[in-house]
Amino acid sequence: MKSAQSADPLQARMSDAGIQPLLEIRDLTVHFVLREGLLQRRRAAVQAVNGVSLELAQGEVFGLVGESGCGKTTLGRAVVGLAPVLSGEIRYAGESLIGLTGRAARERARRIQLIFQDPYSSLHPRKTVRDLVGVGLMLHGLARGYEADGRVLEVLEGVGLGLDHMYRYAHEFSGGQRQRIALARALILKPELLILDEPTSALDVSVQAQILNLLKELRRDFGLTYLFISHNLGVVRYMSQRIGVMYLGNLVEQGGTESLFRAPQHPYTRVLLSALPSLDPEAPSQRQVLTGEPPTPINPPPGCPFAPRCPEAQAICSREKPTLRQHGGDPAHLCACHFPRLADASRE
Amino acid sequence: MKVGGRNDLLLEVEDLKVEFPTLRGTVHALQGVTFQLRRRETLGLAGETGCGKSVTALAVLRLISPPGRISHGRIRFEGRDLLALGETEMRQLRGSQISMILQEPKMALNPVIRVGHQVAETLLIHDRSLTRRTATGRAIEMLATLGIPDPPRIARRYPHELSGGMAQRIMIAMMLVTRPKLLIADEPTSALDVTIQAQILELMKALKREIHTAVLLITHDLGVMAETCDRVAVMYAGGVVEQGPVATVLKRPEHPYTQGLLRTIPNDVAPDRPLFSIRGQVPSLLQPTGGCAFAPRCDRAMPECVETMPPRYVLGPEHDVACFLHRGKETVDPQSSQNTPILPKGGTP
Repeated sequence: MKSAQSADPLQARMSDAGIQPLLEIRDLTVHFVLREGLLQRRRAAVQAVNGVSLELAQGEVFGLVGESGCGKTTLGRAVVGLAPVLSGEIRYAGESLIGLTGRAARERARRIQLIFQDPYSSLHPRKTVRDLVGVGLMLHGLARGYEADGRVLEVLEGVGLGLDHMYRYAHEFSGGQRQRIALARALILKPELLILDEPTSALDVSVQAQILNLLKELRRDFGLTYLFISHNLGVVRYMSQRIGVMYLGNLVEQGGTESLFRAPQHPYTRVLLSALPSLDPEAPSQRQVLTGEPPTPINPPPGCPFAPRCPEAQAICSREKPTLRQHGGDPAHLCACHFPRLADASRE
Repeated sequence: MKVGGRNDLLLEVEDLKVEFPTLRGTVHALQGVTFQLRRRETLGLAGETGCGKSVTALAVLRLISPPGRISHGRIRFEGRDLLALGETEMRQLRGSQISMILQEPKMALNPVIRVGHQVAETLLIHDRSLTRRTATGRAIEMLATLGIPDPPRIARRYPHELSGGMAQRIMIAMMLVTRPKLLIADEPTSALDVTIQAQILELMKALKREIHTAVLLITHDLGVMAETCDRVAVMYAGGVVEQGPVATVLKRPEHPYTQGLLRTIPNDVAPDRPLFSIRGQVPSLLQPTGGCAFAPRCDRAMPECVETMPPRYVLGPEHDVACFLHRGKETVDPQSSQNTPILPKGGTP
């Protein structure tokens, strides 16, 4: 395997601010059409992702958080061409990814890999680890036979497995080991961007720690870029340099990890942060409990998507949808709220 | 040991062993679990997948399905030996005195029966004198207690028409409507989103104050435990390694496993430092070593750890740890086990 790059890719980016982002998503909208009724005529649309824009720099880890149904998984799937994009643009290294076919689609598939949440269902039960991990090499015509075996072994060693795991079946492995196999399967193609969809949610905390450490090492060694999707704020905070918060198909806040945790501007982000149970049983609970459930993305409310549950909502919130823009002094911290709480105001 | 004495004890589990014969050999799922639960108390069972948390819960309800069996130990509920009860008596106990909430509410509810009726059914089963109408009325009252908006309307819905949080509330209503003395909650919030989890946790805390049910809460989420439990028992590979008041165990853990477990949680860890991880893997339950199950992964293991099972050393009020690092301290006396014979090697059917 290639040795570690001499300079941190993120640092390289910082010094050269004019460089284009690796992944650029502009006003992405993904709707799933539902047909109802006897003749399947009546239609409704699940507005899974509604005009989301974000950018990932080379070598960066961008965390995407939100509750189930907020569209974070759909967003990740849209990048690899697994979700029906209604409008908007996804550009990778300057080139559009939408509607790719044939060779271009295959090349995209090699460079952008998706890691699924559940390593118990993402690995074929009747194939050996060698076949599971080596299948990409064969599909892309990169290696075959003994050469493929060698590459499989090399990548397995990179994720902490070895020769004695190579000819076994997925069911013989624990959850953590299976997630390592899934990572090896992605890494063997030398991808540049990994979309990690809840990669540790199905694992125990002690195993989660091992996988998170491995992910950090791999990023450093191979100069990878991660879109890290998770509902676990602690994990996202540890892994990411920047974080985006999604609610009902919309990006409601985005900013540097520390800035977002220290001074969350959007009321929903504050609720999410306060909902996290504290490990200190003696600390007074400052939890804000929301009433009601998230509305369905089938008929989202016209104004701010969070307005119906927002503890601070006012008349304008249910009429006008706020746009994601800078409110405070930090140009990287964006928020879609009519009444954002800025760091200065919260100190009073 | 504590105010109230023995009468205050609701559930006593003593040296409980459960095994499952499989083609590969016998899986020793529980290898001598001992804990006690007082009335109105919330005890958390913490630990990772496969440590025996759920098996403990199922054993208390005597729901271990054959060929799995309770091979040793004693379970007392209000002083009655549960392992000596007949199946009919046990069935009367389940649902009326001891109830259980499961992780996936939608899997536990019957999809073709209106949820209000499912709640009322619990009452009807345990009290034949009730009419359907009174039972439904009490079910709707229970839904209102749980903060469900417009209970009569929700009661007429089917499970698929409810969200996960609402379905879990229905489950809780179903389990509490008979006012059980003990509620076993197996990962009640693990399938829910954080904001919904927050609602359910607040609800459980409020119920604890109002209904005075004792709760055995099983969760892998130590944060959830910190919020809701009075005491915690940490399990590893089929045994309890440490138990004590929640604040003591989470803030000043003494067992190397508890310490490790708490350090693996990525809370406030500087992003440039690797996360602590416990080396090695959970041991196989097929052949227990006879020593401390954690010894092969423990950085402070000594020769005797591998050979002998450490006794429970008393460290403070109600705080005990099964680890030889505390040798020299007083051990928990193996209570009353001399007086009455513990279930012999025949086991329950």
